[in-house]
Amino acid sequence: MREALEGSQAIARAISLCKPDVVAAYPITPQTHIVENLSKLVADGNLHTEFVSVESEFSAASVVLGAAAAGARAYTASASQGILLMSEVMYNISGMRIPLVMTIANRAVGAPLNIWNDQSDTMAVRDAGWIQLHCISNQEAVDTTIQAFRLAQETELPVAVNMDGFVLTHTMEVIDVPAQAEVDKYLPPFEFSRKLDPANPVSMGTLVDPNWFSEVRHSHHAAMVKALPKIEEIDKAFAKVFGRASGGLLTVEGDKKAKVAILAMGSVVGTMMAGQDEFKDEVGSARIVKLRAFRPFPAKALRDALKGVEKLVVIDRAISPGLGGVLGTEVSAVLSTMDNGPKVYNYALGLGGRDIQASMYKDLLKAIENPKAPRFAIFDADLKKLPPEDR
Amino acid sequence: MATGEAVVQIAPNPAIALKRGAEALAGAEEPEEPIMIEYRIHGRGGQGSVAAAYLLAAAAFEAGFTCQAFPAFGAERRGAPVMAFVRIDEKPITLRSQVRSPDFMIVQDDTLLLDPNLTAGLNPEGAMLVNSRKPASEFKKSKTRVIAFPATELAVEVIGRPIPNTALLAAFLALTEHVPQKALAAALKGRFAGPVLEKNLELIAKAADTVEKGAWKEKAHA
Repeated sequence: MREALEGSQAIARAISLCKPDVVAAYPITPQTHIVENLSKLVADGNLHTEFVSVESEFSAASVVLGAAAAGARAYTASASQGILLMSEVMYNISGMRIPLVMTIANRAVGAPLNIWNDQSDTMAVRDAGWIQLHCISNQEAVDTTIQAFRLAQETELPVAVNMDGFVLTHTMEVIDVPAQAEVDKYLPPFEFSRKLDPANPVSMGTLVDPNWFSEVRHSHHAAMVKALPKIEEIDKAFAKVFGRASGGLLTVEGDKKAKVAILAMGSVVGTMMAGQDEFKDEVGSARIVKLRAFRPFPAKALRDALKGVEKLVVIDRAISPGLGGVLGTEVSAVLSTMDNGPKVYNYALGLGGRDIQASMYKDLLKAIENPKAPRFAIFDADLKKLPPEDR
Repeated sequence: MATGEAVVQIAPNPAIALKRGAEALAGAEEPEEPIMIEYRIHGRGGQGSVAAAYLLAAAAFEAGFTCQAFPAFGAERRGAPVMAFVRIDEKPITLRSQVRSPDFMIVQDDTLLLDPNLTAGLNPEGAMLVNSRKPASEFKKSKTRVIAFPATELAVEVIGRPIPNTALLAAFLALTEHVPQKALAAALKGRFAGPVLEKNLELIAKAADTVEKGAWKEKAHA
């Protein structure tokens, strides 16, 4: 049913529709409303789940790890410093191949303290071995959350659903919340083939010596690569039941023939689409690549999407200081095997919640017309604010 | 929570007509691309600016529009300046940026207007509603239409608390007719219940009667 809902409220409803057995979370801005709404659903008797209030994100992640290992459908959510505190457990979850779902309400990582949106938190756990999906709207976040439970279950890998903090979590918009009967049809009850069983005791995550560690890592990598077609398949299956897809691994919006492209993840994609509508007469159209799957990384799909593109702007919402943008660097690596691949301009935008206006579309496309345009920059940084030695 | 039922069908939509100009109101032209209306609400922590934005969006949804409402969060505390944004359209809204050039502004605390930059970007053909006992002329710095309305006093009288947001919304919707009052009532029913709802319904009915209905229905000629 279509409703006007705050993003966080809609996510709590989506979680509820997936009937988790265990929810454990510690509140942190801007994830708080998700957990508050879940806890209200439980308190009102509308969600029957074991809601575990924990004292830290480390415990939240540990509780869902144990719960899923014991065969329970488990969910948690966090952001920013909370993700960093979870990070050790995140590696344990994926290393033991525990299927569970987490929402990351993307936020900057301090210091300096900043509660606003960018994607530094999820990038900090880039290599933790989780499936990482990004959403451009609250509708996609709701739909992707439901898909994530099926994906986790079918791949036996943990799935992080990323949604931009505040920009999505605190935005009220029209969201079609699926009906319970349809979700039940789409999402089978939780099953985990390796679940802990007292009748057949096993240990998980024990010491693996050098004789086996490389093989374990290879196997994890292979499982992630195999998840690529699963992500597409599960999105297609979703579309069959609910009449809309969330964009598989990636989609190309805008002018699919354009020789200039903009690639981004998350809500900024929508702003770029609006920017194109407004400014295409002035600066021309672009291929807008909406990257949904960041891990596993859809290298082939990306090369296909960028065929014929001469210049590509990769918008980064996080940086790796001393190198450049995280996404931009990865995209460049993937395109290095492409004949006549595009020239990549990697621009970080909107760090720590700086507002990104639709006119940024025009500013980006104008900037790369300059033959001397830098290949990496924090595009919206005003260097005049800094002492000369820091510029 | 909104009910999902569109309570009112609006055709032609005065909000969209306002953006398209008088020729669209005449109805002679081919239907044009719908144009988004953007709103900015200013207030102080505790006055319900974010709730007002959500209510305006929810009311727009009840009336059959697509909508978007979100706050500009800072370090939230009572009395600190707060801003919230609303967009209303007929098609899905993909834009996520803050509203820098609002068509309309609602200001819940007139002392915020001591900052001359508060009205920066306001569409000269739009309008601003200010919660104040002072005359509108005190706040009128350009050709943009301004109406002042003592919403806090009315709220104290009706609901017994100095929370002006719902009274201002009702007056604003009476002036603009962007969304019918019935839709605002439906949005309130989705958010409140019991005596709080009843008092607020009484408040919005009174507030809507204090202003000239439809005065901002058409685009101003700045």
